[in-house]
Amino acid sequence: MNFNFVQNLNKGKAFVYGDDINTDVLAPGAYLKYSPEKMSKHCLESIDPDFVSNVKPGDIVVGGKNFGVGSSREQAAASLVILGVRYVVAKSFARIFYRNAFNLGLTPLICEDYRKINNNDILEINSKEGKIKNLTQNCEYNTNSVPDHLLKIVNAGGLLAELKNKIENNTLKTLRFRKDN
Amino acid sequence: MGMTISEKIIAKSAGVSLVKPGEIVTCSVDIAMIHDSSGPRRQGPRLKELGLNVWDPSKIVVISDHYVPAVDTVSANILKITRDWVKEENITNFYDLQGICHIVLPERGHLKPGLFCVGGDSHSPTGGAFGTFMIGVGATDMTAVLATGEIWVRVPETMQVNWSGKLNEFITAKDMMLALCGRIGLLGADYMVCEFTGETIKNLSMDERMVLTNMTAEVGAKTGIIAPDNTTLDFLSSKNLKEIDMELCSDEDANFATIEKFDANTLEPQVAAPHSPANSKNLSEFRGINIDQAYIGACTGAKLEDLQMAAKILKGKTCSKTTRLLVAPSSTKITAAAAADGTLEILTEAGAILLPSGCGACAGLGAGVLSKEEVCISTTNRNFKGRMGDQDAEVYLGSPYTVAAAAITGRIVDPREII
Repeated sequence: MNFNFVQNLNKGKAFVYGDDINTDVLAPGAYLKYSPEKMSKHCLESIDPDFVSNVKPGDIVVGGKNFGVGSSREQAAASLVILGVRYVVAKSFARIFYRNAFNLGLTPLICEDYRKINNNDILEINSKEGKIKNLTQNCEYNTNSVPDHLLKIVNAGGLLAELKNKIENNTLKTLRFRKDN
Repeated sequence: MGMTISEKIIAKSAGVSLVKPGEIVTCSVDIAMIHDSSGPRRQGPRLKELGLNVWDPSKIVVISDHYVPAVDTVSANILKITRDWVKEENITNFYDLQGICHIVLPERGHLKPGLFCVGGDSHSPTGGAFGTFMIGVGATDMTAVLATGEIWVRVPETMQVNWSGKLNEFITAKDMMLALCGRIGLLGADYMVCEFTGETIKNLSMDERMVLTNMTAEVGAKTGIIAPDNTTLDFLSSKNLKEIDMELCSDEDANFATIEKFDANTLEPQVAAPHSPANSKNLSEFRGINIDQAYIGACTGAKLEDLQMAAKILKGKTCSKTTRLLVAPSSTKITAAAAADGTLEILTEAGAILLPSGCGACAGLGAGVLSKEEVCISTTNRNFKGRMGDQDAEVYLGSPYTVAAAAITGRIVDPREII
């Protein structure tokens, strides 16, 4: 998976769904065996068959409570990233999805005002300040602050990029370097 | 202030004397378990890109269970990648087509009390039945674990799930967990550890305890755990495991964020309606619903005792003409044991078809997936929309007794009615 993390994809249309958007909806089992790219074409199809054709880079997915509940399958977060989504706004996130999202460069934002966002509203995210601007409704929402260690991961471009930096800076012990490199 | 079992294990793995809920700590991993789906096909190329081998091949267990046996060239290729990678990394703890990871891991003696383990699957909390602290993570987190042998965790709070009393006949651990799902919902134990306590738990076998910890994934928990006792010791001794920490338990003054109390004496058979385990209620609320497929399978629902429960109902009876019964034993060792004690014969005589040991239809991957508008009752742990095949299929969850009873009558009935 090669994602373009440096793109500034913080402004777009809101796709609003309900509570408990689970990993079988985000990444249906029947397509798990395929590449993440192929898999992403089926993201959310069981609740919104038009999502994949309508979503554009920068668009923002909005859920209710427990977004990403279910499997540890990373394709749930990866599919959104491949489709150009960089932010998911919800009341709460399931724990494995929450970790997976940061690891892949997708920022999950916890926002108490999630219900005020309507489908197709244009949102602009300022993750540094933890603010979501709703340009359609001309108002602003606060989000919970993202813990520092997770901010570092997402700012590095994901967990692997952060790991690469640490390896280059010799800040890790116990590594076994490949002999064929 | 004392610590809970989980806090003790995390503190030890983090190399500190005390941890408190909310702290972020880095833990050393005792065992990392991965499977064919989220395993080598993801971590192999990434480790190569980082220029690394795994940190310690002896601490990694690889189990092919999702795409077994291969049904097309795509799944065949995933299994080949797994076999090739295991060889390349000199990993000897490799179980290919021998059952589902959460079952095979303890069955082959890889778990014991006090270990800090991670698994590349959301049902990794199953390991908690053995007093192991085991959490599920995604493929990228697992890549970092395989590279460094470490992982960050936020120390979770602990919810005590206390069961008193004695379960009635034909009431099982699956009914207990569906009751918990129904009461507290999919987020009821959000980011907490569920520690199971009480006399009901002490009287449960290891097979049944594994259902409890397995399904903590369904209430949003980070994991589930049960303090070791003589039942645990007997199981681990049968695997020739030594140096078992039988002292491991929560301190008397440990802090539990909440306590959920249940009375086993009054528990009725439970059924979860589509499309969430949280839709669990007494079976009587769903009595009479027609069933096209009865499925006994997955990590949570096709252990030896699960098959024996089904056989107890099905003995001398045959499946309804309108209902098919599919049985996928959780491991090949379980298949062998069920063949030896006559359980399999009862099931197949009743009309069951046997499927390979693997995740199969539970995850919508293998044989037994559903068509549009079909209705299934299943011993599995999750019934989200589209999980077991077509998105317009409906899946109910129930105990092996309940699923076997539905196979005979073609509809949801209380298993005690047909004995």
